[in-house]
Amino acid sequence: MTGTAGEDQFALGPLPATRRDMPLIPGDSVAGRALVVVIAIMTFLACLTAGGALLVAHASQFWRSDVLRDVTIQVKPGAGDDLDLLVAKVVSVASRAPGVEDVRPYSKAESEKLLEPWLGGGLDLSLLPIPRLVIVHMRGQGAEDLAALKAALAPEVPQANLDDHRLWAARIGTMANAIVVLAAALFALMMLAMGTAIGFATRGAMAGNREIIEVLHFVGASDGFIAREFQSHFRRLGFRGAIIGGSAAVAFFFAASALSVWWARSPGGEEIAAMFGAFSLGPTGYGALALVGAAVTLLTGFLSREIVVRQLQTLQ
Amino acid sequence: MLRFENVGLRYGMGPEIVRDLNFSVAPQSFQFLTGPSGAGKTTLLRLMLLSLRPTRGTVHIFGQNAAQLSKRDVTTLRRRIGVVFQDFRLLDHLTTYENVALPLRAMGRSEDAYRSEVVELLRWVGLGDRMNAQPPVLSGGEKQRAAIARALIVRPELLLADEPTGNVDPGLARRLLRLFVELHRLGTAVVIATHDLQLMDQFGFARRLVVGDGKVAIFDGSPG
Repeated sequence: MTGTAGEDQFALGPLPATRRDMPLIPGDSVAGRALVVVIAIMTFLACLTAGGALLVAHASQFWRSDVLRDVTIQVKPGAGDDLDLLVAKVVSVASRAPGVEDVRPYSKAESEKLLEPWLGGGLDLSLLPIPRLVIVHMRGQGAEDLAALKAALAPEVPQANLDDHRLWAARIGTMANAIVVLAAALFALMMLAMGTAIGFATRGAMAGNREIIEVLHFVGASDGFIAREFQSHFRRLGFRGAIIGGSAAVAFFFAASALSVWWARSPGGEEIAAMFGAFSLGPTGYGALALVGAAVTLLTGFLSREIVVRQLQTLQ
Repeated sequence: MLRFENVGLRYGMGPEIVRDLNFSVAPQSFQFLTGPSGAGKTTLLRLMLLSLRPTRGTVHIFGQNAAQLSKRDVTTLRRRIGVVFQDFRLLDHLTTYENVALPLRAMGRSEDAYRSEVVELLRWVGLGDRMNAQPPVLSGGEKQRAAIARALIVRPELLLADEPTGNVDPGLARRLLRLFVELHRLGTAVVIATHDLQLMDQFGFARRLVVGDGKVAIFDGSPG
């Protein structure tokens, strides 16, 4: 029992192999496994919510940047008007307008084809005064360029009506924002539920390991040391749950991305693709899922430490 | 080192378990705490260990009034006290080595710094070949020695042992007692709670604190 560590080692010969730094709180218990399952499910749901919100936010950004750059000019023929001449005039005016990148008039056949879903095919529509469309693709979303285009068209072709889709885009944008806000609220609720579960589990673990806490106090362990032991115990459980739940979410998004190719070909596939894009999260999205997992791990450790510190303060 | 002045303790509104305790434990002294079962030996040890607060009177430990100690102070003082529990209180999921190293780990020392020290002590108490065994597979005597080694590893100034020979045969009991005597010679004050009169007679030099009827009577040992 005396002498320096170096002398003792020399006197003792080679030291036997011993386990090193084993956790002081036993890791493998029914309550611990149950908590891992709860954390895994919560992490999975939180990742789905976060990933879904990201997909919708990304798709919404895409609509806004793409749709708002397209302007539709509808040319309604009046009595005795030559529609082809009017369309040509519109194309000419639009091509000269500032900020216009491309102008594409729909042919008569293309315009008639647009009515097929409502009127059916095989009808002779030549007697009907069907309006013609001209699609103008702008360089940017500047309102000044649109105003200039409108001003240029009004005197030249009064039969032309310009629709910049802003009302529709605003509604879709509002819906997308509402989905993102709802997802954020769901995410917060899941974190709250998980925090509550961690709180119960921590108190349960403290009650189940009361004797260990008592022994640690008697051998001179500070409350901080005991709290750190519980924190690392729960951080390990949180990490296991986060890895399981996070991996399941990543697998889900990979599978959804692969399935979206099939969906795109199915009826209604375009609408789903319009809402969620190609169901591909991309590196940023998967990075966000990894962040959710890391946050769950840290939250589990932090909450358990706070609860243990408070509980220990109430103990004599 | 340890001084009790008019100490009394009651649980709730019940009668006093111990009362009017006036005694002190000197540095480098050796004493038995004895008395019939249920007389309050363990309660007295818990008062000494500061795990119970007296309802009246004052306990001075290492020159400080225990009533004025903060929780952090108590933690610091406990690092100067070694304690052997009657039921060992070894952690079943840790090995013998890890159990004995626990106080050093709790003090924040790195394993590299204390490893040889723990191995040496385990060999000294005869557990050199049981270092990686866990308490559930140790015999009563081995558990007892592991518990004692855990109390000794910090080289305490005060050692409190509750019935440390209660679970072992008389031969091993004598050997364990000799371990405490050796520690006492190295400078530790030792308080051993026991009701084994024969064992106490073999160490006649030790002072006896006899608990009975809630009070403590003191009998000095014969010069040894």
